Amino acid sequence: MEYCTAHTVEEAVNLLSEKGLDVRVLAGGTDLLGQLRMGRVRPQRIVDVKSIPELHSIEKDEGGFRVGAAVCGAEIAEHSALCAEWPGVVEATELIGSTQIQGRASLGGNLCNASPAADTVPALIAAGATCRVIGPDGHRDVPVEEVASGPGKTSLAPAEIVAYFRLPRRAPRSGDAYLRLIPRTEMDIAVVGAGVSLTVGEDGLCTACRVGLGAVAPTALRVDEAANALIGRVVDEAALDDLAAAASSVARPIDDKRGTREYRIRVAGVLTRRAAKLALSRAEAQPA
Amino acid sequence: MRHVKTTINGERSEFLCDDGQTLLEALRDVLQMTGTKEGCGTGDCGACSVVFNGRLVCSCLVLAAEAEGGQVETVEGIAEEGVLHPLQRHFLDEAALQCGICTPGFLVAAKNLLEQNADPTETEVRFWLAGNLCRCTGYDKIIRAVLDAAAEMRGETS
Repeated sequence: MEYCTAHTVEEAVNLLSEKGLDVRVLAGGTDLLGQLRMGRVRPQRIVDVKSIPELHSIEKDEGGFRVGAAVCGAEIAEHSALCAEWPGVVEATELIGSTQIQGRASLGGNLCNASPAADTVPALIAAGATCRVIGPDGHRDVPVEEVASGPGKTSLAPAEIVAYFRLPRRAPRSGDAYLRLIPRTEMDIAVVGAGVSLTVGEDGLCTACRVGLGAVAPTALRVDEAANALIGRVVDEAALDDLAAAASSVARPIDDKRGTREYRIRVAGVLTRRAAKLALSRAEAQPA
Repeated sequence: MRHVKTTINGERSEFLCDDGQTLLEALRDVLQMTGTKEGCGTGDCGACSVVFNGRLVCSCLVLAAEAEGGQVETVEGIAEEGVLHPLQRHFLDEAALQCGICTPGFLVAAKNLLEQNADPTETEVRFWLAGNLCRCTGYDKIIRAVLDAAAEMRGETS
């Protein structure tokens, strides 16, 4: 196996494009190195993308935030402006693994590893994040919910990489939140994860809402049915009941050691409701 | 073989490795720096903790080739000229170890915490060290040793 460092996106794409070669992208490596050790993957080449400027920086402009796909979790959590604007995305990131894992693991890796239970993905879906995908045929911007296509599988073409995530500009009085259920207090894989982002007017009416659900389907889901239960309404108990029912109704989880199908369906509604209330309290705390 | 030039505990260092070798393997098997321990080899136990380019990481989840041009801090760099670091002294004085396999990882992780937060609460210490597993002590003595070392380093006790 050959290790290569790419210093530009073009170089990375070239290194990934060589025909007939099994190549893997290395960002934080917290998933890849485990898979190498287990023998689950046997690439002939590894392309380290952490030295590419677009992939390892966090920038803010009129369009919102641009978060490099290889920025580690600890760096995201240290970014005070990002924490203030997108607390749900940051809390989802911080839930992943230990301090040691936070020193390496990235949003790009979490998305492209394509675990159905990836914590950042429902939060990013709720945030309306898109990712800049760059490959041999140029670039495209893809909604986060369209990247994973099944457990361990993505819709990326060969030699395409995720360069950065775009978090849209925030309307006033907006808030987001991510909650996950695990049987212990830390460092576990989600039984269910729920992300909600919403905006409320001075009159209390919800003007925008997005919901992402994790670990209840082969990929994280964007749940418009749940979001629509709040949009145009005051976020009261009745509206939250409708949101929870809609979240449960789209969940189609499996039974496994972490939880039964029935339990996960129920928890999907409960967690979405709690995440919505937390997102609402954050939105209401924002200046108009 | 790859020729890697890096800095380990403040000293320039060079070694040869295969591209597939981890930093942990290079430290232990190539450089004979066996203070860093292998526990799980999958990033779950923290025994192989080192500070790499300022971040606490599991060296089993870093490729040795990634260390090119970087900075690595290991347990061997914690004592200065034969004088134990307050963390090391408190681990010994307060019996914060039994078999000792997890100890280098705890020391590296705790030192990294105290460099960023000189006065952590017990909860903060427990959260920071949650990626370091110890199957002997039950953790209480480790947490106490870290808090006492932090207090000493702040000049609050001797």
